[in-house]
Formats: sequence, structure tokens, C-alpha cells
Amino acid sequence: MAKILIPTPLRPYTDKQDAVEASGATIGELLADLTRQHNGLKAHLYNEHGKLRSFVNIYVNDEDIRYLDKEQTPVKAGDTVSIIPSVAGGAPVAEAPVELTGDEYKRYSRHLIMPEVGLDGQKKLKAAKVLCIGAGGLGSPVAMYLAAAGVGTLGIVDFDTVDFSNLQRQILHGTPDVGRPKLASAKDRLNALNPNVHVETYETALTSDNALQLFEPYDVIVDGTDNFPTRYLVNDACVLLGKPNAYGSIFRFEGQASVFATKDGPCYRCLYPEPPPPGLVPSCAEGGVLGVLPGLLGVIQATETIKLILGVGEPLIGRFLIVDALRMKFRELKLRKDPDCPVCGTHPTVTKLIDYEQFCGVKPAAGHSAPSTEHSAPMEITPTELKQRLDRGDKLQIVDVREPHEYQINRIPGSVLIPLGDIPKRFTELDPGAELVMQCKSGARSAKAADFLRSQGYQHVLNLKGGILAWIDQVDPSQPKY
Amino acid sequence: MTERRLTITGAVDAAIRAHGQETYPHECCGALVGTTDGVTAVVSAIVPLPNTTEEGPRRRFLVRPSDYRDAERQAAALGGDLLGFYHSHPDHPARPSQYDLDHAWPTFAYIIVAVAQGTAHDMTVWYLKEDRSSFDEGRLHHGENTDSHSASAVHR
Repeated sequence: MAKILIPTPLRPYTDKQDAVEASGATIGELLADLTRQHNGLKAHLYNEHGKLRSFVNIYVNDEDIRYLDKEQTPVKAGDTVSIIPSVAGGAPVAEAPVELTGDEYKRYSRHLIMPEVGLDGQKKLKAAKVLCIGAGGLGSPVAMYLAAAGVGTLGIVDFDTVDFSNLQRQILHGTPDVGRPKLASAKDRLNALNPNVHVETYETALTSDNALQLFEPYDVIVDGTDNFPTRYLVNDACVLLGKPNAYGSIFRFEGQASVFATKDGPCYRCLYPEPPPPGLVPSCAEGGVLGVLPGLLGVIQATETIKLILGVGEPLIGRFLIVDALRMKFRELKLRKDPDCPVCGTHPTVTKLIDYEQFCGVKPAAGHSAPSTEHSAPMEITPTELKQRLDRGDKLQIVDVREPHEYQINRIPGSVLIPLGDIPKRFTELDPGAELVMQCKSGARSAKAADFLRSQGYQHVLNLKGGILAWIDQVDPSQPKY
Repeated sequence: MTERRLTITGAVDAAIRAHGQETYPHECCGALVGTTDGVTAVVSAIVPLPNTTEEGPRRRFLVRPSDYRDAERQAAALGGDLLGFYHSHPDHPARPSQYDLDHAWPTFAYIIVAVAQGTAHDMTVWYLKEDRSSFDEGRLHHGENTDSHSASAVHR
């Protein structure tokens, strides 16, 4: 026998007693015995499907059975079981009640026949508003699957145009879309996929000035960004507004996913309080990414978004999923909410959005000049200037610091290849007296190589501004770009 | 079934309205504490509670189990019973929603105050039908503040 504590509203069913006894080996059996003894209790504890109502909380000796074995939680003699109400309610939702049309019944039939979704769940999806940050690699599968699944309102923030190099993975956009704004092709694609979905587009960069206003009307934010300043911005805005962040990121063959900024769950800053030093983590433009990988991760983000909307299953809250596509291994790290977290901790120091480019070291703090201006010698050379000097017959050594497979695609005639990672052990091959021009794809890696060489005493080191891509644009359009 | 009647003191009435205006445009919520003999119930104090909903506090409220327990304890400490809960409907009429019905407990009195553009207006009281099919509207009666002890509204 175990003692069951009865809350005030249920005492009329237990002859006004605040505690009664019942028997059973598990919570399920105990409650079955309780509802047998006391008529009328069952309708208030269980729904029509025989499941405990969401606002009924059962505790065994102060432990919520949701975190034990639910209704299979064993009960010993002498245990105290408490039934504790959550009290919920609210105003009618402002919009007209959500109903499905005949077309939608057909379209969503595979959802409707599953009890975990059903008609109620499909209506929740239709009423839901999800904002995708970015219409690129991750944003493409996220938006397409959410549109197909019947999420009623999809917002997309992006300011880019479609480039040939996007098509290997950004399946929202097709070959005829190259040169169009990504939002235009995204809207066409999503409307064709599911005309019932309302697509809202925001052609703007996400900034500290507009993020809170953009996020306000949405229920779930999906982070499909590719850079640290925006990632921290999305995280902080989600925490400040109390909106969940379905997070994903990708690089080469690896991806990460989690759900951040729920009420009791950790946020991105609980995991990474500070961004990495700028340049340490290469972007996909620099390091590459397997085209399928954003599909894999984006679909995980879309799955988590749908679970959050439906309120089913176990969301990826407090869990950090790491996907290794080469080995096809999924690892999971446990994450805890950090009480000292600067944004979601008990005493937050970040209470409004800050300057995230400065926070991530991408641009110098106001009042500080960039380090490059401290040198008197020129640091950069443009492709046009380089071409003029080469034509003049100046002795210049061009050092390409890309990877061999990139060098195969395109190169500047006369350049030598020393990949960035090999520079520290091979730089002595370069003549310290010569004038060197460092070059990579777009200028970031070669800037690092140039800094390194200067630190080693090389006096005449220039960085090719804009890398080989700018060279092709300005000097040699015959070569392919990637 | 005869109409149920809930008496609230002027102080309680004012405290509920003030709470709804304070949290506007978000919903407020709290517990009703008082005495009942089964027929007549008198609310003599309120326990304002934090709205912990994750679904957007403009349209939802949630009282967590821990806060519920706290409300029961405070009711006992005040020498009364937990009679029910109140919440606000910002810019919506003081009528229960389907969501209110889906989440209602039996026997409790549910007071709803409509707060339009930041100002509290109508206040109503509702009781869940035994078959959970809908609410019955009760009659809210405004009592006099004759007993200053029982009329004290609790503040956070």
C-alpha cells in the first residue's frame, strides 16, 4: 500500500480526504486502483485515449515520474505519491480557429493516421510560425520539409543571391535561379511544394537592431547560419525572447545539432561561452562541405522543430548531437544549463543584444585601429596591380597556400603551391630577400600565411586581395571558379 | 443546477485587476484563497504567481507544480482553502477559451479578467462541468471590506 496525496480540486471525489491509500506495484497500477475506489476521478486524470492529462503531475517521494519510468515507475510500500496540478489556460488565439481544407486532409493523410500527430497535431503545425535564418545549405532542407509537413507560416531571412557554387547543396535553388535573390527562388520553390504555406521573406542581414523584432511573431527559430557572429546573435535573441532555437551547423563531413534556449534547457553559450579566435575555425567557403551533409543536419533541425510544435517525443534539449558522415557515426554529448551563463544563467550579464562582430573579433573594437594599419609597408595588392607589375617584368614570387585539389582547378601562372598547413615547416624554401605575393581562394588563408612570414622576419610580403576568385574576375576570366 | 456564487472583497477585486494591468500585454495568473461551506465561497486573498508558460505569455499562462504547491501552502498559512485561480485575457473578452477548458480542474473557481489596451475591464467566474464538456458561468458577487484581516491581498 502506498499513500496518495490528493490536491484540493480532486478532494470532492475522495470524500474530502487529502490523502488516501491504494495498492499496486507501479504508478499505473496504483492509479488504476485509485480510480476504481473513487468514482469520477478517472475523467479528470486521464484523457479519452487513456493517457494521463498533460496538466496532471505525479510525484513519487518528490520525484516527477516523467523523469523516472513514467507510469511504469515502481512503487514500494511506504512510498508517498502526490498528484500535483499544473494550472494552465489562456485567451483564445487571435486568429480564426485553424481548420484543414479538403486538399489538406489528403495532403497530410500520412500524418493524420498517426496518433502522435493526428488532426490536432496537424492543426498545430498549420497554426505554427517558424523562422529560418538563412536560405542556404541548412535552410533549404529545413524550409522544404517544414513546408511539406504543413507548417502554416514560414519566415526566411537572407540577403544573398544564388551562385553556381551554392547548387551542390542548397536544394531550394536550381540552375535557372543563379543570379536571382535566394528569397525569390525559395518562395517559388516552397509555394510550388505546398501552396497552403504562407512564406514571409525578409531580405536583410540579421542584426542586433532587427533580430528581436524579426523573431517576435515566431514560435521556433531555426539557425542555419554559417558564421559565429550571427550564431551568437541568434542564440542571445532566442534566450531574451524565450523562443527555442533549433540549431545545426556543418563543416566538411561533420555536423552538429541541438535545441537551445528552451526554458529550462541550456543555450549555445552554456556550451561555448566565448567564440573561437577569428580564423581558427574555417568556414565552408574555405574548408568545403559535403553537399549531402546540410541535408542530413537540416532534416534533423526540421524534425526537432516539428517535435517542439507537436509537443511529442524527446527533443534534443540538453543533448548535443555530433554527426560524422565519413564514418557515419552519431555521438551525443550531455549538455547542462550553466548557472553562470552570461545570457541564460541566474545572473545574466548580457541583457540586451550586443555588437557580435566585435564580440567575435571579426572587426576591431571601436576606437582601436586595425593591426594592419600599424605597419608602414603595403600589406595587400589587388589582382590588377599584380598583373601590371608582372607585365612590367617585376620579380615577384606568388605563393598559393590552398590545398592541392584546389590548385588543380585554377591557378595563377608561375605560382608555387605550399598549403597553409605546410607553411610553418616549408617556409624556408622561400627566399627572404624576394618579394612574395601570398594567394588563396579569397584572401583569408593567405593573409594568415603572410602574417606568419612577417613574424619570421620576411620583409616584403603582400597578400593578394580577394584571392584567385578576384584574379579571375579582374584579370583572367578564362579560368573556372569554384 | 443552481448558479454558483463567488464573493470577492474589494481588495481582491482591485488586486486582480492591478496584476492584469501590470503584466499586460502578457497574461497574469494567481491563486484564489478564502473559505467555503460548499455553497457560498468567499475569496479573501490572492497569491500572485509567475506565468511560466513556454508558449508565449500573451496568450497562455502556466502555473508550475512547484508554484501550485506553494499556493496550497500559502492558503493553509492564511487559514483558508485554495478556491481556484485567476488569469487575464489581454485584449480578449473575459470568456474561457477552448484551451482553458482543455486544462481545467474540477471544483475550482476560474476568474478571468479582460484587460483591454492595458486597462482591466470585465471580470467573470467559471466552473468546469462534471463531464468536462464546457464551463458553467458563476456569479461574481462583490462583498464589503468589513473584515480587514480576511481582506488583505497578498503581495509577492
